Amino acid sequence: MDTSLGAAGELTSIPALLARNAREFGDSPANREKEFGIWQSWTWSQVAEEVEALALGLVAIGVGAGDHVAIIGRNRPYLYWAMVAVQRAGGVPVPLYQDAVGDEISYVLEHCGARFIIAGDQEQVDKILEVEGQVAALEHMVYLDPRGLRKYDHSRLTSYAALQNRGRDMREDLTGELDRRTAALNYDSTCVMLYTSGTTGRPKGVVLSNRNIIETSKNSAEFDHLRVNDEVLAYLPMAWVGDFIFSIGQAYWSGFCVNCPESADTMMTDLREIGPTYYFAPPRVFETQLTNVMIRMEDASRFKRWLFKVFMDHANKVGPKILDGEQVGFGDRVKYALGNFFIYGPLKNTLGLSRVRVGYTAGEAIGPELFDFYRALGINLKQLYGQTEASVFITQQKDNEVRADTVGTPTPGVELKIAENGEVFYRSPGAFVEYFKNAESTADTKDAEGWVATGDAGFIEADTGHLRIIDRAKDVGKMADGRLFAPKYVENKLKFFPNILEAVVFGNGREKCTAFINIDLTAVGNWAERNNIAYASYQELAGHPRVLDMIQSHVEEVNASVAADEMLSGCQIHRFLVLHKELDADDGELTRTRKVRRRIIEEKFADLITALYDSSPTVSTVTEVTYEDGRKGSISATLSIRDAAVSGGSERIAAE
Amino acid sequence: MKDTNESRVTEDGRTIGGILMEMRNITLRFGGVVAIKDISFDIREGEIRAIIGPNGAGKSSMLNVISGFYHPQEGDVFFRGEKRPAMKPYQVANMGIARTFQNIALFEGMSVLDNIMTGRLTHMKSGMLAQAIWWGKAEREEIENRELVERVIDFLEIQAIRKTPVGRLPYGLKKRVELGRALASEPKLLLLDEPMAGMNVEEKEDMSRFILDVNDEFGTTIALIEHDMGVVMDLSDRVVVMDYGKKIGDGTPEEVRNNQDVIDAYLGVAHD
Repeated sequence: MDTSLGAAGELTSIPALLARNAREFGDSPANREKEFGIWQSWTWSQVAEEVEALALGLVAIGVGAGDHVAIIGRNRPYLYWAMVAVQRAGGVPVPLYQDAVGDEISYVLEHCGARFIIAGDQEQVDKILEVEGQVAALEHMVYLDPRGLRKYDHSRLTSYAALQNRGRDMREDLTGELDRRTAALNYDSTCVMLYTSGTTGRPKGVVLSNRNIIETSKNSAEFDHLRVNDEVLAYLPMAWVGDFIFSIGQAYWSGFCVNCPESADTMMTDLREIGPTYYFAPPRVFETQLTNVMIRMEDASRFKRWLFKVFMDHANKVGPKILDGEQVGFGDRVKYALGNFFIYGPLKNTLGLSRVRVGYTAGEAIGPELFDFYRALGINLKQLYGQTEASVFITQQKDNEVRADTVGTPTPGVELKIAENGEVFYRSPGAFVEYFKNAESTADTKDAEGWVATGDAGFIEADTGHLRIIDRAKDVGKMADGRLFAPKYVENKLKFFPNILEAVVFGNGREKCTAFINIDLTAVGNWAERNNIAYASYQELAGHPRVLDMIQSHVEEVNASVAADEMLSGCQIHRFLVLHKELDADDGELTRTRKVRRRIIEEKFADLITALYDSSPTVSTVTEVTYEDGRKGSISATLSIRDAAVSGGSERIAAE
Repeated sequence: MKDTNESRVTEDGRTIGGILMEMRNITLRFGGVVAIKDISFDIREGEIRAIIGPNGAGKSSMLNVISGFYHPQEGDVFFRGEKRPAMKPYQVANMGIARTFQNIALFEGMSVLDNIMTGRLTHMKSGMLAQAIWWGKAEREEIENRELVERVIDFLEIQAIRKTPVGRLPYGLKKRVELGRALASEPKLLLLDEPMAGMNVEEKEDMSRFILDVNDEFGTTIALIEHDMGVVMDLSDRVVVMDYGKKIGDGTPEEVRNNQDVIDAYLGVAHD
């Protein structure tokens, strides 16, 4: 693939793509947002005007070329425009996670030296005002939703609308300057800086150039034939690289429409109303949807349950084959068509997935049953593998080459290699420029020839060329007797049970493996209701003996399946406990993208881990928790520890 | 007599204007029971005024007098300086007074949206026939009203339950919907009867936030009855304290807190 200017013409920046879209698809919708119960929409030419007005305003309040401008808030068209407006004004947008707490925000603001912030609402403004003292460079804040902010001191605070109006008023004086700055952008100028959520240590600022974003968007959009009339729903955090690629990169490259939900709570309704054609969700979202369907089916009448079972069994049998264009008998096709009319069609409609042409899941391993359920319905769900440093795409699955246990073949333009220790390396036009102000980490991750270390261990299947990921390279360890320890592999198997929300497996350097389990309150709560089990709190439900019995049976099932894999049979879980609280990002136990932070959990719950290994039947503990408003409290609990049966495999090896 | 037009600006920048409503020597009896004994106080424009007191002190009766539902045997109610004649509740609503109830009074089978739309009833001018055939002015009117209702829904952050029947909602949300219906009528004076009864701490905090925001954003005058002393002291500009139908205290939260009669009423001192 030609990576020079030729392929993209003069389209070497996001503002340049915006200008092209306004010229070529001026009247087609670029953004929609549901507000006051109605979908409001903006065409590409309207977006170009809004962005220009804001960019002029930013120039007027002193945003200079190369300035970092932080953007924080939920997915709204205005904030997407803000990113492009910052680029037009010559600055670099730095989106932040909207649920980040004070010191996370102050660290990032201080690190990138942001002088300006664009915030979504009062909540975000308050958070920033709280840490204002620690952020020396901060000069001015722009807010979008004026509610509750009227009485604030406006000497360093401006509303988004007021700033746009100021920009419009000063158009004549500033247009020249603005256009000069926009024209100065090229393939090598920075497009965006994204902070990695950081499973270890402080977040790092990943600098992505226009070349990274535009080349990646172009390659991946061509791969899946994205078109101007596609629709996506933007609901994942704006600070996450995936959202930037889908809602800015690919959207501006292909000219399709990005829809923003009314609020986080209305996401499912909005999804159904929009009916996206291109859809991305982490496995967690698909899992929640499936859990909800199953819970509602449990409450349905006997006839409906029977109908559902008959047709879902049939769908599981032939659905994926039909989707992959394989040979399927006439009778089976007729039955599938009937099922489509009675069950699959209405179900897809309820889920908001009727029109999905291309669906992706990534971020975590997806359970095979879960994956097959959606494919059986006829939804073209695929997997991709990527990371922030790669501008998302490293590998993805081609249509008709979809499997639950691999992450596909390299995206066009990407080269892969596997190091001796099993770590996956890639080289691509999307590979990041550097970590901001962190030459040391940059050198550790990316070598002189442009190969980037992913930190994941995996291998390429010889016959198909598909990449398979085993675990984080640094999490893969050895047990005391030298057998392979891959915690994620076991945790994923546990998490495929709807009753288990999260699991953390320990065992590196130890004789045997043990686990912490978090129950899924929706699934287990519904089960408790049906079985007449009364509970007053999460903690009480989590400690209920019958819940423990149920979890124990899940653990034992997993043990049996782990034992079947010779390499990993040492990872069977001998003892486990069900945690009295949900692991939470506010307590630092998960990252903002909900990945487990092993080291922190190991430190925080050291007493529980000790108990798991000293064969005591119960353990009492006190845990500090952080409430959403930042206050701290503590909960105390006595947890019982269960022994789980392990299958023969591991005993045999241990005995040798 | 106090100056009825004097206005002041509070520490947090709100403007509290002249007297909006004044009760003068109100006495209310039910047969031989005297619910309210010779009570006088006023409510100023833009303020949050609380009425507190132990159980059976006559707070709800007082609110019903303000809302025009009860007609006191003695005393007068003045609204914007003019004596208010005995009125039907709908006439009071037309004057710009809206309320919520201690025991939620919503249409359980109707959606949240429809419930809040009923708050616009006093603002609808077109006839039943015109509304039924959905034509001309009736259509325009409904669109305008719906827009206003949507702003209320947005304000109270209940977009996700817009189409949900009220009967299926938990208690805390029903309370919020009821506040929404009262707000939809764009009241000058909003009466809240125990807006936080039966709520947990988080719901109380949310509701307090909404009450402050309503007062702040729309400049609505609010009179509320509440049991939770912490909430009352934090929210209100001035507090009236009642005990056994009598007024035993009136002033800022600070003044009321230091009033010996109030302390006695709450800590329990023998009555003679």
